[in-house]
Amino acid sequence: MRRSSRGSSVSRRGRGWSGLLFVQFLVLVLVAALVARLWYLQVPMAEHYRELAVANHHQQLIVPATRGHILDSAGRPLVNNRTELVVSADYHELRGMEDGGERVLSDLSAIIDVPLAELQQRMRLCGPQVERPCWPGSPYQPVTLAEGIEPRVALRIMESADDFPGVTAQAQAVRAYPQGEHAGQMLGYLQPITQEELDAREELRTQFTGIDQVGRDGLEAVYDAQLRGKAGQRTLGVNNHGEVMDVISEEMPVAGRHLITHIDLKVQKAAEKALAKGMEAARPRYRADSGAAVVLDVTNGGVVAMASLPTYDPAIWQGGIDQETFDTILSEEAGEPLLSRAVQGTYPPGSTFKVSSLSAAVENGYSLHDSYACPGSVSLAGQSYQNYAGAGQGSISLKKAIIASCNTVFYNFGYQMWQKDGGLHPEGEPEEAMAEMARGYGFGSPTGVDLPYETGGRIPDREWKRTFWEETREANCARAEEGYPDIAERNPSHAAYLKRLAHEHCVEGFEWRANEAINFSIGQGDVLVSPLQLASAYAAIANGGTLYEPRVAKALATADGSDVELIEPSVKQEVPVSDETIRYLQEALAEVTVSGTGRGAFAGFPLDEVAVAGKTGSADAEQRQVSSWFASYAPADDPRYAVAVLVSQGGTGGMTAAPIAREIYEAIYGFGEQGEELLPDGKPRTDLPTVRTDGTIDSLER
Amino acid sequence: MYTRPGPSRNLGHAAVAAAGAARRFDWVLVGSVLTLCAIGSLLVWSATLPGDGGDPRESIDALVRHLAHVGVALVAGLALATVDHRTVRAYVPLAYATSVLALVLVLTPLGAVINGSRGWIVVAGLQFQPSELAKVGLILVLAALLGEPRDQEARPMTRDVLFCLLVVAIPLGLVATQPDLGTALVLAAVFLGMLTLSGAPLLWVAGMLLTGALGALAVWWFDLLEPYQMDRIATLMDPAADPQGSGYNSAQALIAVGSGGFDGTGLFQGEQTHGRFVPEQHTDFIFTVAGEELGFVGSSLIIVLMGVVIWRILRIAQGCDQPYPRLVCVGVATWFGFQSLTNIGMCLGVLPVTGLPLPFLSYGGTAIMANMLALGLVLSIDSRDRGFK
Repeated sequence: MRRSSRGSSVSRRGRGWSGLLFVQFLVLVLVAALVARLWYLQVPMAEHYRELAVANHHQQLIVPATRGHILDSAGRPLVNNRTELVVSADYHELRGMEDGGERVLSDLSAIIDVPLAELQQRMRLCGPQVERPCWPGSPYQPVTLAEGIEPRVALRIMESADDFPGVTAQAQAVRAYPQGEHAGQMLGYLQPITQEELDAREELRTQFTGIDQVGRDGLEAVYDAQLRGKAGQRTLGVNNHGEVMDVISEEMPVAGRHLITHIDLKVQKAAEKALAKGMEAARPRYRADSGAAVVLDVTNGGVVAMASLPTYDPAIWQGGIDQETFDTILSEEAGEPLLSRAVQGTYPPGSTFKVSSLSAAVENGYSLHDSYACPGSVSLAGQSYQNYAGAGQGSISLKKAIIASCNTVFYNFGYQMWQKDGGLHPEGEPEEAMAEMARGYGFGSPTGVDLPYETGGRIPDREWKRTFWEETREANCARAEEGYPDIAERNPSHAAYLKRLAHEHCVEGFEWRANEAINFSIGQGDVLVSPLQLASAYAAIANGGTLYEPRVAKALATADGSDVELIEPSVKQEVPVSDETIRYLQEALAEVTVSGTGRGAFAGFPLDEVAVAGKTGSADAEQRQVSSWFASYAPADDPRYAVAVLVSQGGTGGMTAAPIAREIYEAIYGFGEQGEELLPDGKPRTDLPTVRTDGTIDSLER
Repeated sequence: MYTRPGPSRNLGHAAVAAAGAARRFDWVLVGSVLTLCAIGSLLVWSATLPGDGGDPRESIDALVRHLAHVGVALVAGLALATVDHRTVRAYVPLAYATSVLALVLVLTPLGAVINGSRGWIVVAGLQFQPSELAKVGLILVLAALLGEPRDQEARPMTRDVLFCLLVVAIPLGLVATQPDLGTALVLAAVFLGMLTLSGAPLLWVAGMLLTGALGALAVWWFDLLEPYQMDRIATLMDPAADPQGSGYNSAQALIAVGSGGFDGTGLFQGEQTHGRFVPEQHTDFIFTVAGEELGFVGSSLIIVLMGVVIWRILRIAQGCDQPYPRLVCVGVATWFGFQSLTNIGMCLGVLPVTGLPLPFLSYGGTAIMANMLALGLVLSIDSRDRGFK
């Protein structure tokens, strides 16, 4: 059927018209929709996309700051930097090559004499699945391929730059230890940062390149933030292949500050030499396995020298320590040289502790002017206690008790004060006067020195005993039941003794017994102190009772010398002793080197020029030889230095430690064989070495 | 005196005819297209500027080639505009046959694979993309078939529609095997648009539109299920669209456009563009260069100009008395509209990535030639068909 042509024409025109009108409307709607979407992206969301764009084509490159030096008080370098030639490669440039840089690396391998496989490993970026060696830094940082290369080789690489595209040889600063083993533990060392350290130190996160290191011990660790400086930041514009197109902004690094210490390198060396010599002299009769000597400035707590033997050269950490060396420095055979005996070592103080016990007695009612019995032995709480040589002195003054180091006088003090507190079963709060006074001298807690991992030592009392008992009761009670079958096979009587002991500890281990209080009074038993604590306590006696926090650092100077920040001395506490008692102790201690236990060691020493006040100590510990102590200060009339010396298992104090201290004083003042005095006028330097604007250091050395 | 008409006189006639045609051109349409071409040239120049240390001649070469493409295509388009569209009508079967043959040639050793798609013919160092010209060929043949139904019917009947389906299926199938999903979609959209406005039986129109809508819905549905799967399917069917992997292009395009802000970074100043973060930024993603460097101001102008072009073509269609010329205009408008929408929608992150150039702006000789020929057809229809009203 055919429709009329007119009708169909109208319908065709109608449909076409309305359809086309609708399509035009549709076009308008779609144009509006696209423009709306465009508006949304480019107006409200523009900032968001700008940030994404910046992340896209900006790359941050961290420019490490030069680490500050560590100087002695005269400006002599203890730790500084040296330059080393390193070969590094541009990650993106090499990876962008057709063979991924294979040819360049293989040519390089031949001339720097590093296996190609190692170079390839070093070119990998570190990741969870990638084993070391790999590159821990950003791919925008030059990747280090070889360190410490010969200048000849570096020159060859630089001259034939066309053969080694993307590879550069340049100087890089690395840490140097010009003094070798001297003061090793105190200076510390650097190691690559761990994830934990990165998490803990917020300020490092924005600064960390992945290749730089943090101080891990000693001054390097404590003053890491100041020595480190502030890394610079270079913002690079990059394209979609990661190729650098331009430098968008650059923030220059701020070099780390130089740390000027109280240490005098010459005194430090003299102390180490004297200590080593003294330890050698004690052998082979004594093991003399380790030792420490601390020299403090009594007027401010400054650490003039701190020796700890055995020691090691921190340079072994440089460039990654190998496993063998690492095992060695941690081993007992090598004497654990990483440990600073001065700060981390604890030993019973022996008779050097009597200054504290005397103070406790005097502050608790015993008169300085009375006489006290010094028999060869005393019988207390059913046990007999001997003087050191078993000799009695009759009735003596307290001064004499210090000079001659009479134990029995102090045994009586210890016992009587224990009884006064109520003995085994105190009622109410016991005074614990002996322990309180020890804490007053700074024992039992860290001195607050600016060195890491410091020990607090141990001052035992009733509370400590109970805590200790609670911690060990279970094991002791088990032993009390089962005994020691393995020991019983070889030595039944010893096993029986141990079993009885375990039973005792299990049942009444919390009791603070008379023998413990008695041993405490002469610095034996469970009392433990560090050489630094003892030096610091004697420094307090010397200066009239002010206990300073020892400070190694004296000042921080900017790399261009424009600003010097002094590190002020910090007082830990005042020793709770009257001036009269302090003066009395000073007089007694000054006599020790003249007529007391230090007389032999100081025979021939010009005491009329520089009087030395001190106290010997000979500390016993189970299954160990006696340890030798000498704690002292000088000049006795106008004190400047406190010197504490310890030789572990080194014999009596007068025999080993006191002569070492004497040698240190001789070095400082230039007596005897030592020749010239190491410190001008025998006084620590008050002026600071100058850091010149060009970064060089003006030493005060004559 | 009897004077024989000489060749010079004939030429004179032709010149007068051309001038008359030119006077009747829709200058709003031509002006919009020329503005788009000018903007496109600047964008191509900026998009091909090399990074630091690169050879600046690279971008000058690209610009010169692009301007040559535009110039040659413009001359060809305007030449076509002066030809009576009824003359062109006589060559429609030949145009269709040629475009199908060219699509077949792609499969022969003359064909070349670029960006994973076998869509090119290389002859004597010159590259052609037959699928672009096939769009023009298909529009012409569909306009002829739907506008002049057999047996003198006033409007296309089922039989005509079925024949059209066959005519569409051949180039569409060839394009899909390249594979070039984008062009296949354009061909389908052109067919749907022309069929809808042809007066064909409503059932067919509704059925075809429904099929198209269901297809789109299926895509949308897939997209909802697993975005990455969708991306993979898209990449599989059209590797040229996303050479660096799923989602990268789209994300970088959004960053480029969004970071441009209201007034843009300024021509040649775009850091995204300069760093070549968006792949194919001188061709398929040319709009991102506009987005970053010209900002909302410049890019919305492009959208509006594109809208004006399509609106003017539809207006010309409205002025046609005859179905054939009207359907030619509808086909061209659908093509430009659909291709602009998918291209800009992809750059704005609202439509999936398909490798389609933006008409009149993107770099690419064959594409610009096809655009200009289509414009020439429309202008020819405008100047003649309206004249006979």
